[in-house]
Amino acid sequence: MENKKQLLEGSQAIAAVIKNIKPAVISAYPITPQTHIVEKLAKLKADGEADYEYLRAESEFAAASIILGASATGVRSYSATSSQGLLLMTEVIFNIAGLRLPVVMTCANRAISAPINIWNDHSDVMTIRDAGWIHFFADSNQEAVDLHILAYKIAEQLRLPVMVNVDGFILTHAFEPVIIPSSKIIKKFLPNYAPKADQFLNPKKPMTFGIFATPADYFETRENLHHDLTASLTIIKKEYKDLMHLLGRKNKDSGLVEYSGPKKPETILVAMGSVIGTIRETLKNDQRTGLLKIKTYRPFPAKEVSQILLTAKNIAVIEKAISLGQAGPLFSDIQASLPNNQLNIKNYIVGLGGRDITQKMIREIVTDVKKKNGQKIKFIGKI
Amino acid sequence: MNNKNTKFLSPGHNGCAGCGQLSAAQAVMRGLHKNVIIANATGCLEVTTTAYPQSAWGLPWIHSLFENAAAVASGIKAALNKKGDKKTKVVVQGGDGGTFDIGFGLISGLWERGENVLYICYDTEAYSNTGIQASGATPYGASTSTSPSGTVSSGSTQRKKDMLAIALAHNLKYVAQSSAGFPDDITNKVKKALETDGPSYLQILCPCIPGWKINNNEAAMLGKLAVQTGLYPLLEYINGQLSASSINSNFQAKAVEEYLKKQGRFKHLKEADISIIQKLAAENIKKYKI
Repeated sequence: MENKKQLLEGSQAIAAVIKNIKPAVISAYPITPQTHIVEKLAKLKADGEADYEYLRAESEFAAASIILGASATGVRSYSATSSQGLLLMTEVIFNIAGLRLPVVMTCANRAISAPINIWNDHSDVMTIRDAGWIHFFADSNQEAVDLHILAYKIAEQLRLPVMVNVDGFILTHAFEPVIIPSSKIIKKFLPNYAPKADQFLNPKKPMTFGIFATPADYFETRENLHHDLTASLTIIKKEYKDLMHLLGRKNKDSGLVEYSGPKKPETILVAMGSVIGTIRETLKNDQRTGLLKIKTYRPFPAKEVSQILLTAKNIAVIEKAISLGQAGPLFSDIQASLPNNQLNIKNYIVGLGGRDITQKMIREIVTDVKKKNGQKIKFIGKI
Repeated sequence: MNNKNTKFLSPGHNGCAGCGQLSAAQAVMRGLHKNVIIANATGCLEVTTTAYPQSAWGLPWIHSLFENAAAVASGIKAALNKKGDKKTKVVVQGGDGGTFDIGFGLISGLWERGENVLYICYDTEAYSNTGIQASGATPYGASTSTSPSGTVSSGSTQRKKDMLAIALAHNLKYVAQSSAGFPDDITNKVKKALETDGPSYLQILCPCIPGWKINNNEAAMLGKLAVQTGLYPLLEYINGQLSASSINSNFQAKAVEEYLKKQGRFKHLKEADISIIQKLAAENIKKYKI
């Protein structure tokens, strides 16, 4: 049964792997398109197939606070949200990272209001990209499943929270064949969470968490968090390799980025999440264009990204979010990773609020990026 | 009266000299035992006890945010349940701002879930930590930095929100009110609340030296007067029934003026305002059968 593929909806697949990861406490508040994940987890509990504590929260703000409290008490915890829900959690999201709690969450990525819109883009997660969490982006349901296992391993090893970003509807509501690793297999990679006696709220070893830090100490706490996040790149690479080996996956990427295409590309398209599938399909017969998928977005793998991008002439950063008044956030990150370069690098904003991203658009981008003196930032939305 | 400090809250904190809240907190600690985890909201109690690298807490203690201590406590309780730990109790501590205002919705969520958590509100009747701004707990007539008295204002025009009634509306099995003027009453109520099966709520009036504009030897005395005037009675509801409301059997209410005139926050009040406040005390005495 271990390697048997099942046809599952993305949300069901995520719920199934979370069940096998065996969190102690789950709390969530419903928001489209996250709902199927937390409904399935509630049903698994109701049917006696899982024995986590499942707490109904009165808001996303409370749900995030509940799993914060559970994690601080030394147990594995989980929540999932989307869009406005993530924004409502924002204060807690930052707090979880500052408290160095190994919380794992799924974000079913969705646009931000106003106007209200329930469909996919990456505007939600970009609001909290600076909070001190590790961010993974999945491009398929199988990758979403595997990244959740990796997320807990990294979180608990480094005491850093991890968010697995999964495109709302496009992945969460799509049926794909997936392999769900059993709890036995997962345990080989991810042992039971066992923090040290002084790392959680423990009457046998009373500790104070969430202290008040004056300018004499606050600065270093942020500096350390930054250093620990950036240092996690090495650990992510190692753990990802081990996990892929254990699960018998054919992936050859580093877990940070994944390049596919010619060795000496003329152009590289950069993207994250499910749009990778569309781009890959479009470039199937293109011998001059490569594709760079960003799998780990925070910490940003600047070295890996620049090494690959410097092999090309033209770079098109395709993304489903915009820092209004500036540019796409991924574009800014990439520019910051490429000092003193001669690259022709352009930013294409696509898919906001669930607008379809077609192969025609991708071809248009491949043509447009080569133009000299073209617009630096372009919205490509015409279907 | 037992004034002994406990090892759960060491005296080396940064509270104001004579702080009503810190002495109430000591009385709370005397009612707790070592198998307690505390979730604390942002506020004076948190700031004055945890300036890194020091901590005054001898119990496992966490501060997350201003408004989420109730939900954090739910998460702690859920984790203990999953561990099969029935011995360890969970206590929330927050001020009136964290309780009556910004954390209000999350407290309702905690009570709905019916978890065995004791919520303690240290009620200084204003945002003491940020400079005495008005909260939902600020009483009628109090001058605060956001409800100042002035040529055309006699301070706060709002009546204090009735948190006890709101707690009772959630079918809490134990709901009580106490005052920093009666530390043994606080300790006894904490002990009872801790033994309750289900959520419980204890609200304690804590005279605030800078907030009430009083001398630093007056917190306990004013905590007593608030009770003796009927403005802040010592109340206890068990299973929704009022079981205690008086300090003794022949309660003779003192005039509210005696309580008001000692506090800078009320010094602007005119005769008419004082009679409104006297009526509030009379309403309490009737309502709670003091």
